[in-house]
Amino acid sequence: MEAAVEPGNLAGVRHIILVLSGKGGVGKSTISTELALALRHAGKKEQSISLMSVGFLLESPDEAVVWRGPKKNALIKQFVADVAWGQLDYLVVDTPPGTSDEHMAAVEALRPYSPLGALVVTTPQAVSVGDVRRELTFCRKTGLQVVGVVENMSGFVCPHCAECTNVFSRGGGEVLASLAGVPFLGSVPLDPELTRSLEEGQDFIRDFPKSPAFPALFSIAQKVMSEAPARLS
Amino acid sequence: MEEVPQGCPGTGSAQAGRGASCQGCPNQRLCASGAGAAPDPAIEEIKEKMKTVKHKILVLSGKGGVGKSTFSAHLAHGLAEDENTQVALLDIDICGPSIPKIMGLEGEQVHQSGSGWSPVFVEDNLGVMSVGFLLSSPDDAVIWRGPKKNGMIKQFLRDVDWGEVDYLIVDTPPGTSDEHLSAVQYLSAAHIDGAVIITTPQEVSLQDVRKEINFCHKVKLPIIGVVENMSVFICPKCKKETQIFPPTTGGAEVMCQDLKIPLLGKVPLDPHIGIQEFCGHHPPKEEHFLSS
Repeated sequence: MEAAVEPGNLAGVRHIILVLSGKGGVGKSTISTELALALRHAGKKEQSISLMSVGFLLESPDEAVVWRGPKKNALIKQFVADVAWGQLDYLVVDTPPGTSDEHMAAVEALRPYSPLGALVVTTPQAVSVGDVRRELTFCRKTGLQVVGVVENMSGFVCPHCAECTNVFSRGGGEVLASLAGVPFLGSVPLDPELTRSLEEGQDFIRDFPKSPAFPALFSIAQKVMSEAPARLS
Repeated sequence: MEEVPQGCPGTGSAQAGRGASCQGCPNQRLCASGAGAAPDPAIEEIKEKMKTVKHKILVLSGKGGVGKSTFSAHLAHGLAEDENTQVALLDIDICGPSIPKIMGLEGEQVHQSGSGWSPVFVEDNLGVMSVGFLLSSPDDAVIWRGPKKNGMIKQFLRDVDWGEVDYLIVDTPPGTSDEHLSAVQYLSAAHIDGAVIITTPQEVSLQDVRKEINFCHKVKLPIIGVVENMSVFICPKCKKETQIFPPTTGGAEVMCQDLKIPLLGKVPLDPHIGIQEFCGHHPPKEEHFLSS
């Protein structure tokens, strides 16, 4: 399946951010979603969010996509080249965990469009830092600029007694940022309201400004915006 | 060959080895050369090797970060508590090998002997293998496409000298792609007992787990059951429970009832697991899984 060569389809996109992690389940999709929502709300005017995913191509939500690497690569190329993205300030690209086919395909397909760079997500514990260090090596080897590291699931404040517990240990995000010499963008605490909001497809940034996760998410979006280089028109 | 990539044209077809779906399949070269009717010789070699392994269990999840490696490690330790039971733990997560860290074996290297690669032993009766042992630095990234990952998995199954083993537990990365197809394919002649599928309670995890269950049906892999991890958080100070990952659609319990699959148990969130992973211990609450 040959991807159509359409150099124009990403020409209207000003900044591209890949959200990566070596580790599964750290919150890449959560951070991608909340970053997109926060960027939208922080922008000068309310704009709609465009979304593309293989999920929209499945007949049933339980359908398994049992593909080997090359077929996945071809679909990723199509998402980049064949989707009419139009005029966008930010394209946020959510990725699966790892450093394999999907990641190489995404970097290769997006490279001609000068991506802004990568946002790397970790959780605090060492087993996550261990995998994410390898992701940072991937970024270095593929020439991806790392905008910063986000630490997700940083502690949980018990709603009954307000005791903060480090459910997934602590400190990993700052250690990682320091090891790799990249900015640490912030820690997002665990919040069941955030989880529920994602499950129900709500706009968390709009609906839960008092949540403990809100200040961190908004601040991360602000930092991403201030990192975006001006693009020559 | 039953465990095929989606869209396989069929080993006897004129398109065998030449179609788009053939890319990355371990049998592609064989098929393209016209020898498509003959299966990969490694499958028979692995069948021979696996004759000394009584039980093989795959630990799967469609979703990342639900605790597959944590569960695999605790299950391995639990089974190995009986010093007469020989246990092997194989980590086929090539890009994100967590098992060495969880088992307290970071920095260990693999040795080759005349009879193959030696697993790293954490106890006399518990041997471990992972690509993590082949990397010289914790920063080394394994930036491999599917076919190279498949080759590594073939080597792990064919070339590791596991010896006489009662239980081989195979920890996998999330998803339904190369690693999973290869593991099932290479073990196809060796009889896998089944899969234990790990989830967390929320729908975004269950959605991926249903896909994994469909994958198991497609490749005819029996499902031993589902484990719901991070079920509930018990505050260490006030001991009250909170659901950090709310079961918005009823959690694993409802999913298992709907799909008629056994729910093997629910494990609460315990901050101590992070610490114990370093020591390679397992909390007593894992014991009840071992009777399944």
